[in-house]
Amino acid sequence: MLKIKNLHASVAGQQILKGINLEIKAGEVHAIMGPNGSGKSTLASVLAGREEYEVTEGEVEFLGKNILDLSPEDRAREGLFLAFQYPVEIPGVSSNNFLRTALNQIRQYKGLEPMDAVHFLKRMKEKMSLVEIDQKLINRSLNEGFSGGEKKRNEIFQMAMLEPKLAILDETDSGLDIDALRIVANGVNKLKSKDNATIVVTHYQRLLDYIVPDFVHVLYKGRIVKSGDKSLAMELEDKGYDWIKVDVDGVVS
Amino acid sequence: MIDQLIDSFKKFELQLNGASKNSWHQIRKKAMESFSEKGLPKAKNEEYRYTQLGRILDKKFQFSDLSMVGRDSIHGENILFHDADAYHIYINNGIVDKEINSSLIANGLIILTLQEALGKYPKDIEAHLGNYSNKNNDAFAELNTIFSYEGVFIKVEKNANIDKPILLHYSGTDHLNQSIYQSRNLIIVESGAQVEIIESYSSFEKEEYFSNHVSEIVVEANAHFNYYKLQNQSNKTYHVDNTYIAQEKDSVVTSYIFTLEGKIIRNNLNFALEDQNCETHLFGLYVAHGDNHIDNHTVVNHKFANCFSNQIYKGILDDTAKAVFNGKIFVQPDAQKTNAFQSNKNILLTDTASMNSKPQLEIWADDVKCSHGCTTGQLDEEQLFYLRSRGISKSSARGMLLHAFVDDVLDKIKIDFLHDFVANEMNNRLD
Ligand SMILES: Nc1ncnc2c1ncn2[C@@H]1O[C@H](COP(=O)(O)OP(=O)(O)O)[C@@H](O)[C@H]1O
Ligand SMILES: [Mg+2]
Repeated sequence: MLKIKNLHASVAGQQILKGINLEIKAGEVHAIMGPNGSGKSTLASVLAGREEYEVTEGEVEFLGKNILDLSPEDRAREGLFLAFQYPVEIPGVSSNNFLRTALNQIRQYKGLEPMDAVHFLKRMKEKMSLVEIDQKLINRSLNEGFSGGEKKRNEIFQMAMLEPKLAILDETDSGLDIDALRIVANGVNKLKSKDNATIVVTHYQRLLDYIVPDFVHVLYKGRIVKSGDKSLAMELEDKGYDWIKVDVDGVVS
Repeated sequence: MIDQLIDSFKKFELQLNGASKNSWHQIRKKAMESFSEKGLPKAKNEEYRYTQLGRILDKKFQFSDLSMVGRDSIHGENILFHDADAYHIYINNGIVDKEINSSLIANGLIILTLQEALGKYPKDIEAHLGNYSNKNNDAFAELNTIFSYEGVFIKVEKNANIDKPILLHYSGTDHLNQSIYQSRNLIIVESGAQVEIIESYSSFEKEEYFSNHVSEIVVEANAHFNYYKLQNQSNKTYHVDNTYIAQEKDSVVTSYIFTLEGKIIRNNLNFALEDQNCETHLFGLYVAHGDNHIDNHTVVNHKFANCFSNQIYKGILDDTAKAVFNGKIFVQPDAQKTNAFQSNKNILLTDTASMNSKPQLEIWADDVKCSHGCTTGQLDEEQLFYLRSRGISKSSARGMLLHAFVDDVLDKIKIDFLHDFVANEMNNRLD
């Protein structure tokens, strides 16, 4: 589904990603871990098409297409979804109008008729109960005045509404209490199928008790320096990142 | 230029015949005296620093013949809102176009030309006409006072509640080889009365002209007044608006000004809160493109205690458009417990558009709550990216953000047909 080859990217003249290689197949869950500042969010942003990040080398193929040339909206329409680490507040834009526009522009891209109001509301109801999000939040402007946890939950709600092929969850678990974490994880698990895939970017092994990854990768200084299965996450939880840093920095320097 | 004007005034006086002896003419002479000492605003004039209207108008237009223009019939059915549920008055080139007729009669509502009012309501004319504009010494207001000879007089009698908005349609043509027009209103909302008035400015032909407007408005005790201006002339029109609103005790006034088109537009909106417990709202929305130049100057003068004023002005500037905002709030020594708020927010859609925003608070009382803020910037890149990352096109995302920006002002419009028009114009402009 997603093939990243030797991806280099820079922002503000600074090289952040220094040769990422990663392949993700349909049905898989990949966890990306790593210390702060290692480039996890940068990778997510580059995949989603944020314009201030410049790809200086490498390729990204998504469902057989080179997506690096696509606009952010077209990547989303192809089925890519990024749950932001820090979702922005957009006062004055209603969640309803926002989601309806998004959904219908995605449908239009696929050559489908717009979804009528009745079906749209039905889907809203269904997905709201899936992620246990309150109607009151949806009635407000997009993310405006939401708590950190509410924003994260709203990201998962949007994901549920848009039914992407590949979802990238950038630290969706950070700052969530156990209840909220369970709800978010539950939402993600219910949406999982053999046709879609998930990348969970996280700091904490805790999330991986709920969303069980098939692969765990450690990103450090712009490279994936270690890959393994779930047990790697356990090991990181126990030992921290220092041993990896020593490993890598020892080799590099 | 002043010599040209003095000549003009002499010709004009001859045209007035006997009318040059009445009280109105004394007001003209006073304005003429003050004007001839200074002329149009010069380059260094602080109030007109960012809008060099004096120089531009002097170059573009002839001030040698500001004599009376004839009545020039226009076709009402081409005019915006002509079929709206309202009391309609048409003013073309500053002159009331159609007879003010019986369709305008409602309980407690008096609408006359100023000329007629001079005969029928001399006390009102004497008490108010020129009383506010002459005090202010704005050169354009004086020019208007000197040369206007018709205009609209509206009086809403005590405790009357007018069922429909009064809609003043202003248009300009250049049929008469005349390119400077003065239009003028005197509006009196008596105590306990309630009324909505719309001034709608449009132009048919894409000809250059300069329209110079003055409204003097008195809102008496406990009266409610909603006042709308829609400025939608052509991109060749020069327009100056001087509006003076005097509020008495317990009165509530809400003003709205929507500026959509015009070459250079300057609005001077002056509120004087003349007694306690007045409430004042000022909403403004300007959407400028091409080489539009839109300048809003406002004054809210708190003279007595326990008054409230709130101002929200928003602008969207595209292409090489320029806008100016200057908002003055005065809180006089007696105006304790004043609440005065002001906000001016602008979005620049290009690198070539520009905004000059200046709040100016002068507070002489100590127990007051005042705040002001102004922001000018581009659309928020983070917000744009967020929307696009959900599959929304760049242009739709921009449209959504711009709508979000203007909606809180649009939502304040209480007249449906006006709301729908402005909202629709926004749709066309912003998407
Ligand atoms: N927009 C940006 N401008 C400048 N530097 C950035 C920007 N985004 C990220 N960086 C830098 O890139 C590095 C990686 O950041 P990030 O991808 O957010 O790390 P992580 O998500 O792994 O904590 C950091 O050093 C950060 O300061
Ligand atoms: Mg991050």
